[in-house]
Amino acid sequence: MNTKQLIKLCWLTVCFIAITSVTNAQDDLMDLLNDEPATTYTYSTFKTTRISLGQSVENPANGNLVFDIQHHFGRINEGAYEFFGLDQATLRLGLQYGITDWLSVGIGRSSFEKTYDGSVKAKILRQSKGEINMPVSISYFGNIGINTLKFDDTLRTNYFSSRLSFTNQLLIARKFSNAVSLQLTPTFIHRNLVEREIDDNDVWALGAGGRFKLSNRVSLNLEYYYILSKQTSKDFQDSFTIGFDIETGGHVFQLFLTNSRGIIEQHFIARTTGDWLKGDIHFGFNISRTFVLIKPKEFRDNN
Amino acid sequence: MKKLTLVFITMFAIASMATAQKYVTKNGKISFYSDGPLEKIEAHNSQVNSAINTETGQLAFKVLMKSFIFEKALMQEHFNENYVESDKFPNATFRGKITNAQKIDFTVNGSYEADIEGELTIHGITQKVSEKGTFTVSNDGIKGDSKFFVKIADYDISIPGAVTGKIAEEIEITVNVMLKPLGAL
Repeated sequence: MNTKQLIKLCWLTVCFIAITSVTNAQDDLMDLLNDEPATTYTYSTFKTTRISLGQSVENPANGNLVFDIQHHFGRINEGAYEFFGLDQATLRLGLQYGITDWLSVGIGRSSFEKTYDGSVKAKILRQSKGEINMPVSISYFGNIGINTLKFDDTLRTNYFSSRLSFTNQLLIARKFSNAVSLQLTPTFIHRNLVEREIDDNDVWALGAGGRFKLSNRVSLNLEYYYILSKQTSKDFQDSFTIGFDIETGGHVFQLFLTNSRGIIEQHFIARTTGDWLKGDIHFGFNISRTFVLIKPKEFRDNN
Repeated sequence: MKKLTLVFITMFAIASMATAQKYVTKNGKISFYSDGPLEKIEAHNSQVNSAINTETGQLAFKVLMKSFIFEKALMQEHFNENYVESDKFPNATFRGKITNAQKIDFTVNGSYEADIEGELTIHGITQKVSEKGTFTVSNDGIKGDSKFFVKIADYDISIPGAVTGKIAEEIEITVNVMLKPLGAL
């Protein structure tokens, strides 16, 4: 054996020792199991698809159908004769369906001006940590409202398009901690027909909302929509809501106090007339029931 | 030079034998069931990390809680957020040892009953457990199966007042892993 070969042999021995010591370093089996996911996505920024009145960045889960029952009662300051508003109510019945994890559609019917609505919500960005670092979740929400009241003036030519109104929103939310989530909601509402010539066809508003967990099962939710368009802000009030999410085992109930009678976006953001300071406060609630139409793949074979 | 190649091959053989004593998987399955008067709870996790050292009889499991899939998304959310608090305690782990290792020959194909003792950590709480399991050795690797019960109260998981007594206090856990020799992955 010459020197060259000896050097080679020495080198191989070093390699061998290195390989075996690597194996020995894994004496604790737990070390073999370090397999953290590269990116962790934030979940449950809000408990439901609504903060209280307005949309949150949450969607119904893929394959889930959600049946919504929403009530806003009359004004508390109407006194005992109206049973503090409970004698009257604005009601909306709605369905939402999660087509994928990032896309959902909804339909509904609200008693306020006998309005039907159709909507779509899509996740654009998801808050995450790790390989992909994203500080906020962003979703788009859009709806069409169809007012089906009989036309006031039957003498003039009335067009179907006059019944339509539209909402476009960007939902920008961040879950700061397990207890605190905040959302900004730039909103653009378009009405094809308005009552007077000076009324805004286009209404811009900026919404801000948040949820603050009081316990694992109860949270305090606040929501405010600031109207930016001049004429509308002169004639109408900004919508402000204080609410609670209460989770009881499998369901979430949302109870709230608001100055808005309307339930869909074009009504509560652009056409709120109640004034909190005068006591024009409505009690309201949302309840929903979820039906799993398409089960997760882990459940398809066994049942 | 021929000699040298032989030495090299021998070294590699020894090195790979050393690793063959460890078997691992990244997609083991753990499911749990509980059949309470109000809610039937069922969840599946098919991304379970597990390893076994056949020489020492040591076992390890690491389970990412967020990977449990429930039939109802709302239930899954509540499981993570309120019950096991996955943000604070992302993993459940088990470190243990086969206590009747002398009766199991992992080099011979066949089915073996195993007594396993160790520490189970869920929701940040560690409890000593001893359970039975089955190892089935085949040419494909080592299959491990076990079924046991866990008391929710042992792991400081609080059940809201409204549903106390309506969901079961014990849940049945089914473990099913197919372990492959380390390095063969």
